[in-house]
Amino acid sequence: MIERKLLVKAEGETSPKYGCKPEERPAKDYIRFGVINLDKPAGPTSHEVAAWVKRIIGVEYVGHGGTLETLWAFEGV
Amino acid sequence: MTGVLPITLEEARKVVQALLLSGKEYVCIMKLHGDVPENRVKEVLKEFEDTIYQRPPLRASVKRQLRTRKIYYIDFLEMEGRNVLFKVGCEGGTYIRKLCYDIGEVLGCGAHMQELRRTRAGPFVEEEGLVTLHDVAYWFSKWREGGDDAVLKKFIQPMEKALALVPKIYVRDTAVDAICHGASLTAPGVLSLETGITAGSTVAIFTLKGEAVALAEAQASSEEILGMDHGIVARVKRVLMPRGTYPKCWKSGEI
Repeated sequence: MIERKLLVKAEGETSPKYGCKPEERPAKDYIRFGVINLDKPAGPTSHEVAAWVKRIIGVEYVGHGGTLETLWAFEGV
Repeated sequence: MTGVLPITLEEARKVVQALLLSGKEYVCIMKLHGDVPENRVKEVLKEFEDTIYQRPPLRASVKRQLRTRKIYYIDFLEMEGRNVLFKVGCEGGTYIRKLCYDIGEVLGCGAHMQELRRTRAGPFVEEEGLVTLHDVAYWFSKWREGGDDAVLKKFIQPMEKALALVPKIYVRDTAVDAICHGASLTAPGVLSLETGITAGSTVAIFTLKGEAVALAEAQASSEEILGMDHGIVARVKRVLMPRGTYPKCWKSGEI
């Protein structure tokens, strides 16, 4: 794992009037800007599993990070 | 269960691009088609710890042209008869089924992939916050029934987590909305940045609150950016934050 150091170029502050720390987002936004680290069940495709999550949570769009198992069988990509 | 599959919700779908490119780790059972001594198998697995050539399989979601993928490590774990258990760390887009087939060719006896479990996708690992579909359904209904918002944190993580391994540049509040509109990041907007950035590499632009603003292509290295007082630092490739989250102040320069 690469260790990164922080280089400071200028001092600055952030206004509490705008934005929000990711872990403090109100529930609705926390979901909208959220990722689920899902343990994919064997059998259904990644697309099907993503669609199930979409239905359970009732969101409009979901995406997934890398296909695991295609239509055919197990396929590690 | 076949392992780590990060699912992005709504706005977070924009970080998928970063996840697809990130490194993956799998635990795999490979079935040999003949008897091979264990030390020979170990030897050949070592040979594959390299940059390898792969043509995507017939049924693939990408163009079928020969491409190279890096195999960072292959750890032999166990062998029982013709079943070989190993762990492999590789670049995003490596086909493990193909890898097993090729290992079989080198061994001479042939082989195929029997079972596969993904143990890592970029910053997402199986030891940390991995949940099942049942967990998702359970915790979500708990929350809907009037549960505390803390319940959501049991199964959802902020999209910023997906960018944990991407080098970051932190910018002023006044630079944020211009970037959300697609403008390039210029030197005066930069407050701090992480080491390891090179010209052409992908960086994540963040606010001081730790929110992701955009994915961008760096135009200079970390050290060079540190010394710049004007000019373009990074060109925006994918905006992650909705416009208007921060005030528009590219004319006034003030909040």
